[in-house]
Amino acid sequence: MSLTRRASLVLAIAVIALGFSLPFYMSGFRLFQYTQVCIYAIALMGLNLLTGYNGQFSLGHGAFYAVGAYISAIMMDRWNINYAWTIPVAGLLCLIVGFVFGRPALRLEGLYLALATFSLALAVPQILKYFEHWTGGSQGIVLTKPKAPWGLKITEDQWLYLVTFAITVVMFILAANLVRSRVGRAMVAIRDNHIAAETMGVDSALYKSLTFGVSAGYTGVAGALSAIAVAYVAPDSFNVFLSVTFLIGIVIGGLGSIWGNVLGALFIQFVPNWAQDISKAAPWAIFGVFLISFMYAMPYGIAGALKKLWISRVVSRVFQKQGGERAPSKQAQSQIR
Amino acid sequence: MSGRKLTALALAGALLGAGLASVAGAQTVVGVTATEIKIGNTNPYSGPASAYGTIGKTIAAYFKKVNDEGGVNGRKINFITYDDAYTPPKAVEMVRKLVEQDQVAALFQTLGTPTNTAIHKYVNQAKVPHLFVATGATKWDDPKNFPWTMGFQPNYQTEGRVYAAYILKNIPDAKVGILFQNDDYGKDYVKGMEDGLGAAASKMIVLKQSYETTDPTIDSQIINLKNSGANVFFNVTIPKFAVQAIKKAHDIGWKPTHFLNNVSSSFATVLKPAGLDASKDLITALYTKITTDPQWKNDKGLQDWIVFMKKYYPDGSLEDDSNFFGYSAAILMTQVLKQCGNDLSRENIMRQAQNLKDFDLPFLLPGIKVNTSPTDHAPIQQERLAKFNGEHWVLFGELFDAFHK
Repeated sequence: MSLTRRASLVLAIAVIALGFSLPFYMSGFRLFQYTQVCIYAIALMGLNLLTGYNGQFSLGHGAFYAVGAYISAIMMDRWNINYAWTIPVAGLLCLIVGFVFGRPALRLEGLYLALATFSLALAVPQILKYFEHWTGGSQGIVLTKPKAPWGLKITEDQWLYLVTFAITVVMFILAANLVRSRVGRAMVAIRDNHIAAETMGVDSALYKSLTFGVSAGYTGVAGALSAIAVAYVAPDSFNVFLSVTFLIGIVIGGLGSIWGNVLGALFIQFVPNWAQDISKAAPWAIFGVFLISFMYAMPYGIAGALKKLWISRVVSRVFQKQGGERAPSKQAQSQIR
Repeated sequence: MSGRKLTALALAGALLGAGLASVAGAQTVVGVTATEIKIGNTNPYSGPASAYGTIGKTIAAYFKKVNDEGGVNGRKINFITYDDAYTPPKAVEMVRKLVEQDQVAALFQTLGTPTNTAIHKYVNQAKVPHLFVATGATKWDDPKNFPWTMGFQPNYQTEGRVYAAYILKNIPDAKVGILFQNDDYGKDYVKGMEDGLGAAASKMIVLKQSYETTDPTIDSQIINLKNSGANVFFNVTIPKFAVQAIKKAHDIGWKPTHFLNNVSSSFATVLKPAGLDASKDLITALYTKITTDPQWKNDKGLQDWIVFMKKYYPDGSLEDDSNFFGYSAAILMTQVLKQCGNDLSRENIMRQAQNLKDFDLPFLLPGIKVNTSPTDHAPIQQERLAKFNGEHWVLFGELFDAFHK
């Protein structure tokens, strides 16, 4: 096991331990914020699979998030189905929707695909209002927060956080395994050079739409969790800016990085609030400054910057031991991406 | 001996005092200190509805004025307001922050129907006063199920009832045709009309036509309404469709008594584009003075507001009615705090909010007053009818009170 691999395993275990211990020293409102972080992290993971690993752009993931949220909400509200069942159903249905949408979208590349998906983000809130009978129109659907089962003596917030965190861990492990598998390598190969990938026998069309499906599925799961956590869905929850927020999250966190999604989720959850604390008058200007400075200081996202830091430290230590020069090799540098 | 007795007495006194103090201490009052009252708020300072954010700014400016003048009963108002971007999840997060972290005594003028819906259950479970919410929906007046929530402006159903009351009184042979937007807003108006007409509703309403916001035109609905023989037209449409409806009715020579909902009563966005001739004799219901209407130029309330704006919120527009609205709402909140005296517990804040009697606000039309009670959580329920004379709205007739006859 390589040094980096071992370090990231240790890090993962530490983060998971920290995550599970959070409810024991945090109040309701803070926990709610971290529940949101987990939810965002899953959504970002979905978008990152598509954009970071497969090189397809989407400005419309807010739409899949909304669909996931509404599937969960309608199932709970209309048919009294237990919230736990609605999460996999939302994920699965979004996966199918994403796959179906991904097929025709194959013809579109780069910015054109970004625009096509953007139209989804624009349309979905209005479409939701149209099916008022199911969706409650612009008034949305009010839900009840699930209580902790089995007589556990914890609050709704604690239970919800633990459920969300557990799902996040599972989704992340699945994604980490996916990107390291044959499929994952095919995804990355298509991103880096799809002609070369096709020459190697990778079915570009299939993998692209599959990635779109999986990506939408992840975002759908996040949407379903958000419906449960907020206990309310309405078209106004899923405006166009949400999709842009997701994009900000993965770029700031780090494209093509698993950990980047966690960092990106922390960023989109907390930085707008800090910006507001700094200046009430122009919070988005402050947010913009944050954004630009992050992009300038860490062009590969926070995860990319941390990885770079780590690699240069390891390399310099190795070189010091060998008594060689300090500069990292070309190969080490290429690993940074 | 007497020395010892005195000591014993003093000890007993001290114990009693301590006991009383601890009882008093047990009733800790959230969000209130000897010098401060914390009031929480969310407003859309960014996002699609950010034009309304000016209401939050006006309120903050008004509380600054109150504090400059010494506060309420010696306490300064600490107004904490956050951006919710008009999205429900952010509203939930921010309101929870206000309640759980900032520990506000009450929430006031949280803005938006979807955002307030998202926090409705939570604030009532947490038993936090949720006062004078800035939305026109009807559900805020539900003291039985949501005793901690209270509305502010007249809701759509109230307005529907106002027109119904006028029809019952003045047009006994009314045949009412209704055009409404097929959503909660439209249905609220129709319900108000039907409830207001009561037993006569089924006989009087001859045709209801609906439209979707995605429809390109509503011409066919107007033709159907004309052909139904209706002599009263209840026009529940947003500005874009209101223009079409007024024009089309005029073009096909249909001349009913035309009630236009307040939502589309704007001169600039509806009446002028529809044509001033076609708009003549339209009737709408108003409850506020329009800041740009010359007839209020010398009104005391409006002039005070202008003085306030110039001093405390010079960036705010004097042509934006929202600023007059926020100012008036803040005056009402200050009144509730004044009425509370020294007991600023959440229970008492709610009790006083339910105990407003004939209170006047500067933006209300003459005669309209704020009234609340434990069973009435709709502070403003009176409106006046106005007819368009081709230039501006002219108030006529008496005050309509939708519920308290």
